[in-house]
Amino acid sequence: MKTVSEAILSQYELVVGLEVHAQLSAQSKIFAADANRFGDAPNTNVSVITLGHPGTLPMLNEAVVEMAIKMGLACHCEISRYNIFDRKNYFYPDLPKGFQTTQDKTPICKGGYLDVKARKGNSKDYWVKRIRLNRIHLEEDAGKSIHPADADYTLIDLNRAGTPLIEIVTEPDIRQPEEAAAYLAVVRRIVRYLGICDGNMEEGSMRCDANVSVRKKGDTKLGQKVEIKNMNSMRNVQRAIEYEFVRQVQVLESGAKITSETRLFDVNSGRTFAMRTKEELNDYRYFPEPDLAPFVVTDEDLSRIRAAMPELPEQLVEKFQQVYQLPEYDSVVLTDEREMAVYFEQVCALTKHYKAVSNWLMGPVKSYLNETGKTAAEMPLTVRQLADAVELTEQGALSFSVASKELFAALVNQPEAVAEATARRLNLLQESNTDTLLPFIREIVAKFPNEAAAYRKGKKNLLGMFMGEVMKASSVKIDPKKAGELLRQVLES
Amino acid sequence: MYRSFADIRTALSHGSITVASLVQQYLGVVAQRNGELNAFLETYNEEALQQAYQIDQKIAAGRAGRLAGMVIGLKDVICYQNHRLQAASRILNGFHSQFSATVVERLLAEDAIILGRQNCDEFAMGSSSENSAFGAVRNAADINRVPGGSSGGSAVAVQAHMCTASLGTDTGGSVRQPASFCGLVGVKPTYGRLSRHGLLAYASSFDCIGTLTHTVEDAALLLEVMAGADNFDSTASTQPVTPYSKQVQEQPKCGKVAYIRETIESEGVSSEVKEHILQAVEILQSEGFTVEAVDFPLLEYILPTYYILTTAEASTNLARYDGVRYGYRSPRATDLESLYKLTRSEAFGKEVQRRILLGTFVLSASYYDAYFTKAQRVRRLIMDKTKAILADYDFILSPTSPTTAFRVGELSDNPLQMYLADIFSVQANVAGIPAISIPCGNDTEGMSIGLQIMGNFFEEAKMLAFARFLMEKCAN
Repeated sequence: MKTVSEAILSQYELVVGLEVHAQLSAQSKIFAADANRFGDAPNTNVSVITLGHPGTLPMLNEAVVEMAIKMGLACHCEISRYNIFDRKNYFYPDLPKGFQTTQDKTPICKGGYLDVKARKGNSKDYWVKRIRLNRIHLEEDAGKSIHPADADYTLIDLNRAGTPLIEIVTEPDIRQPEEAAAYLAVVRRIVRYLGICDGNMEEGSMRCDANVSVRKKGDTKLGQKVEIKNMNSMRNVQRAIEYEFVRQVQVLESGAKITSETRLFDVNSGRTFAMRTKEELNDYRYFPEPDLAPFVVTDEDLSRIRAAMPELPEQLVEKFQQVYQLPEYDSVVLTDEREMAVYFEQVCALTKHYKAVSNWLMGPVKSYLNETGKTAAEMPLTVRQLADAVELTEQGALSFSVASKELFAALVNQPEAVAEATARRLNLLQESNTDTLLPFIREIVAKFPNEAAAYRKGKKNLLGMFMGEVMKASSVKIDPKKAGELLRQVLES
Repeated sequence: MYRSFADIRTALSHGSITVASLVQQYLGVVAQRNGELNAFLETYNEEALQQAYQIDQKIAAGRAGRLAGMVIGLKDVICYQNHRLQAASRILNGFHSQFSATVVERLLAEDAIILGRQNCDEFAMGSSSENSAFGAVRNAADINRVPGGSSGGSAVAVQAHMCTASLGTDTGGSVRQPASFCGLVGVKPTYGRLSRHGLLAYASSFDCIGTLTHTVEDAALLLEVMAGADNFDSTASTQPVTPYSKQVQEQPKCGKVAYIRETIESEGVSSEVKEHILQAVEILQSEGFTVEAVDFPLLEYILPTYYILTTAEASTNLARYDGVRYGYRSPRATDLESLYKLTRSEAFGKEVQRRILLGTFVLSASYYDAYFTKAQRVRRLIMDKTKAILADYDFILSPTSPTTAFRVGELSDNPLQMYLADIFSVQANVAGIPAISIPCGNDTEGMSIGLQIMGNFFEEAKMLAFARFLMEKCAN
């Protein structure tokens, strides 16, 4: 692609709307009792309903309605009270009924927004962007078509057919590629917090399509949009949008028009390509699904669901700063995963050294999780162990560096171990009590009157010799910080 | 031959027959007459006899169900586990259902016997049972006449005493119109009264399973057994089911009955049909009922509304028959598109193709509002106007069909004329109310005339009692 100068690019504005499909982690499918499970042998979770056999009717799984409402509430949406489904008609071998059951006219959630923090590269500076939602609706997934290389056949796996999905559709509010990535991170965090989707883009349980257009800055009319598919990570969504922005500007600068089309993102080249299909404009002939009775969401349903909602990251970031006096940075890091935030609060119920808890979590605990590839759901220490470790270090009974290395290592995955007893057993505890240390130090100093006099005359480097003697003479570990402090005090008095 | 289930029960209790001998008797008639009538597509001889022996033992042991001795045929659109199901269409060649319809389960639980599956118009689309991949069904009263449709095979099987009762389906009159042509009682219950789980869909918001019997009492008993909520159909009603089989015997109150003026005064209604309906009106008046003519200015819009909405639903309900997973697949297909096109062109009959195309057209973006949206609104109007009449009157009377059974082939090339055969019956489906067709005499050529009674939503009990009463009076 020819390059376009920054000066020209800067005359254009990027306009992006995102459609996110999230597979809901319900036990069963949206309209059938089949297991909703990833990774089973092909075509095993397929009842007659999933197979679309004649005479079968869909039955709505109420758990998925609840999940969609949770997402709507988390995104400040209006929840539709009277809901119907619609049929979206098209033929494809992995679509057993010849239509997809979805919500066209009455999405379960309407409007709403999410505030996202976007930043350029690794910059500490960020800007907050409000991205409005158009809707969130419920629908079923299709099956999977597998086209083996060099084969003249296609394999169909219908396990995925009927998997419950929500589709979260934004308004075209995104103006920077980074905002798209930040939005996806927020959506993923929320679905994980709500426990309604694992948010795994690589495995396809969360998928994103982007509608991208450009226009001259100052124009109010939207440009012709292009739909981009096949981006299986947040990073790739951002890359695809970055590429597409430049491509579209270039097309317009060359005097040509943007074609309405679907393009695929190629991860290796970082480019988008027009899909090679001769698909005419599809007329999906949406019409109200007559096989499903309308479902009504009552006030009672809403208050019950609201009551069952966990605190969400944006609330927790606020709370961690207010209640635990953490810096914003710590609050954001600790609320990234719900399990971490919950764990933090549990530890803080046992110790008042909140910032120390945060340091432990962001330091040794996070390193451990990263190194072992574990998640915050698999914490290496019990809540009690961490609280005790924090208390011990804060009292000076052992140093943070010793505690975070040796004590931590000794406690990892030993839920029965008690922090203080373990530290004692490993001889990690140190004496830091002034009343105990002071007479002992005086005693040592008294043994070296010449050196003490030399020190007082200015040979300050003798402090190291005194420290060595103190440490050597003690039968227990001594807090070196405290000992140094007291030594100076004794020598200089 | 036993006309009613009550007769069968009497004979069973006298020991003059067994269920096994009854099944054999029915199978004998099938063997004798099915060749010319073409009512049954297949019968489950061995299986039915086995069931019969078991039920005889249950009777002897005093633990038989309420339908012990009821031998039933199923229209070929109702699922029966591990039995073929093909909607009288080539597209479902070789297909076996993996489950039974809820209504079938409930019949079997009361010891009914399923004798076989019955011929019909392909996908229940038709009014003469001539649109079948297995050839036309013939009227047992005159084999040169049609039995009506689409549940023609189900009607003829009962008419010719091949079984005690049949389950048909009624989307626009497909139970009542053949009942009328074959001199039977045909009931279409309120939409949602019977579960549709296991009913191969034609037009989901219209489809109802219905019964074909000789007597109203048998229909009442079958409905009572089959009706009620179902975990497999969210559109099945949770309204409580009342003991129809007792209530059918009640003396109806001398209430108010309406008949829609146009249904009797229209030129399209044959004079003999008209005469018989008016005789029934006189009988009712002499019995103390108030019978009044009412106007229904929307009558001319009912059929167009019905055909727009049912074809729209059918076009997507039938999308699953694509040759990919089951049924017929064109051997000439070379790629995906030709697989779809050839399979569906080769295996769907003309009438089915016509309706799929019509339905696809009315749902297409450019015509959606002009046809589908408008038809939905008109449906609402028809529903409201019908309700308004039923707020003032207990029942609405009309002929079931404007004529008696026509000749085989007479209307085959004229679909619009054929559609008119359902002009009076579709109103109940458009509105969702229950309706019944009862015989009220024969024309001079010996063909039966049907009288239709429409009742209010979920007032099956009241409608059945009234129908039983009127049928008795008409017979005298």
